[in-house]
Amino acid sequence: MTILIDEKTKIIVQGFTGKIGSFHSDEMIKYGSNIVGGVTPGKGGQTHLGLPVFNTVKDAVKNTGACASVLFVPPAFAADSAMEAADAGIKTCVAITDGIPSHDMIKIKRYMRRYSKSEKMTLIGPNCAGVISPGKALLGIMPGHIYKEGSVGIIGRSGTLGYEAAQQLKNLGIGISTSVGIGGDPINGSSFKDIIEKFEEDKNTEIILMIGEIGGPQEVAAGKFAKENMTKPVVAYIAGLTAPKGRVMGHAGAIVSAYGESAVEKVELLQECGVIISKNPSIMGDTVKQVLNGKKN
Amino acid sequence: MDIHEYQAKKILSGFGVEIPRGGIAYSSENAENKAREIGGSKWVVKAQIHSGARGKAGGIIVCNSSLEVAQATDKLLGKKLVTNQTGPEGKIVNRVYIEEATDIRKELYLGLVFDRSSECIMVVASTEGGMSVEEISQKKPESIIRSKIEAAVGMQKFQAREIAFGLGIKPELISRTADAIIGCYRAFSELDATMVEVNPLVISEQEQILALDCKMSFDNNALFRRNQVSELRDKTQENVNEVYASDRGLNYVSLDGNIGNIINGAGLAMASMDMIKLAGGEPANFLDVGGGATPEKIVKAFKLILMDKKVKVILVNIFAGINRCDWVAEGIIQALQKIEINMPLIIRLAGTNVEKGNKILKESKINYIEATTLEDAANKAVKALKELTK
Repeated sequence: MTILIDEKTKIIVQGFTGKIGSFHSDEMIKYGSNIVGGVTPGKGGQTHLGLPVFNTVKDAVKNTGACASVLFVPPAFAADSAMEAADAGIKTCVAITDGIPSHDMIKIKRYMRRYSKSEKMTLIGPNCAGVISPGKALLGIMPGHIYKEGSVGIIGRSGTLGYEAAQQLKNLGIGISTSVGIGGDPINGSSFKDIIEKFEEDKNTEIILMIGEIGGPQEVAAGKFAKENMTKPVVAYIAGLTAPKGRVMGHAGAIVSAYGESAVEKVELLQECGVIISKNPSIMGDTVKQVLNGKKN
Repeated sequence: MDIHEYQAKKILSGFGVEIPRGGIAYSSENAENKAREIGGSKWVVKAQIHSGARGKAGGIIVCNSSLEVAQATDKLLGKKLVTNQTGPEGKIVNRVYIEEATDIRKELYLGLVFDRSSECIMVVASTEGGMSVEEISQKKPESIIRSKIEAAVGMQKFQAREIAFGLGIKPELISRTADAIIGCYRAFSELDATMVEVNPLVISEQEQILALDCKMSFDNNALFRRNQVSELRDKTQENVNEVYASDRGLNYVSLDGNIGNIINGAGLAMASMDMIKLAGGEPANFLDVGGGATPEKIVKAFKLILMDKKVKVILVNIFAGINRCDWVAEGIIQALQKIEINMPLIIRLAGTNVEKGNKILKESKINYIEATTLEDAANKAVKALKELTK
């Protein structure tokens, strides 16, 4: 078992026929993801990469039975596409797009409140690398071969730092159940807490590696949730020790603007919640290994 | 993106918020004329830089004659003003704002930001205007009023009234204060702002509700649909290297250390900087060339790093995913054919085809130090730096 996606999940690609959408669709298909078609308004009826193209997400869902989507739509139109997916009954939508205005993200989240919990779409991202359940399916832009199948649940904001963690684990012979990139934006679809909650329920995930960074309240909120509700150990690394206050460090959300948002403060607050800290990014894999060994002894 | 005080006030005024009469000036002659146009017998000359705390730095001068206005303008124009927010290098004053003096009865604080916990717009208000919000939360936390606004519905008049009553405004002025608060909210939500701060919002002796100072920041991701806002950008207020970077699609932040970094991905960049710090060094910059790390971006990145005279050692850390290490290595070699680097260069490649990438680098003529892990790269950079200063 994995979270969010597996080899059976029927996936459509929004922004399917564009250059980036085509490239990554091809990569996902090669990895084994069950891509069943795509959506590009105005190109419905065509065939692309051997798969049907639809004008609307509703048409795509009706004809293919898709329940997941991945978004490669330019920033100006991405909010519209995410809401279209939610309305068409998509259950998991990964937004890869970088550069969606914060006001648009607030609008999407408000729009999704009309759905009951069971009907509500899980939005991952934007500005993220996506989701991978190693050996099963890839719904994003990660290099699949660095992910070994196993029992560590990874959740992080950054793409390449997530790859770094996957590689460290693979070098130690440790595999991953699912890795989820929630993206670097200040307002995002799913929070750290939303995802660790899913990992807690997943019987194949033994331990969670949370890769956070400066800015915002989410890592600490997840730590508090873990303390009160979780049985599985949580390991965390927080990037941005050297980041000056008030400056945006690449990710729109990586900015220290209040107490509890710097790397040092987040580490302290997480330790209070019983989260095990990887003190530097070079030992994320080793820290997970130590905890796993401790569990077995 | 930040804008100047006078620009922010003009925006607010367009949303019905009252501001004192004033005008912008680029010379003392200009300033003297503005003062006469505005009329009255007392003016304030305010240096326009992207920073708060200008008063303490001598950037705000009260004048009692148009001659004094001219003198104050002369004193400020061309000067680098150092405040507790600008850093030691300060910010240059290229324009001043001449404003009629206001007889202040009461100073209030009003700020609007995104609240990332509730994902709403948060209004923060206090009776202790004139102090920074950090200072207020330390010294007078009980004076702070917070109100969450649901962005999809917008601010309702009752919410604005509640804030106004909470600030102890007398009944006759409640409606006008509420209008001012709603005006600020509309500016925030209709222009894709990320921060609007009116500090102070004042009640004058003549019982006007005036925005006396204002700071505004905007969402860079939304500038594509806010042409009138993006036109207000003043590059003279930004770090030269940061402007160079942003014009070329690079994510760059200038820092105080001397180890220059070229990294792909914001998270990995922060992590590499952390490793440098833990190894006993200090990063000179944050630089994310983007997940793809294309040869073009790498050339631009080297040029940018070399513009920073503090840099003594360069560390390149690329985790290649779908772009492969061999391809990244070719890109680095191409870049180094175009640019000469006379300092130690540490390169760490990781990910897809790493052996192939390292082999290509080794067989090329470039002079560099190979590193394997994040830790190894940081240690080697700090070691190279120490050897230089021996």
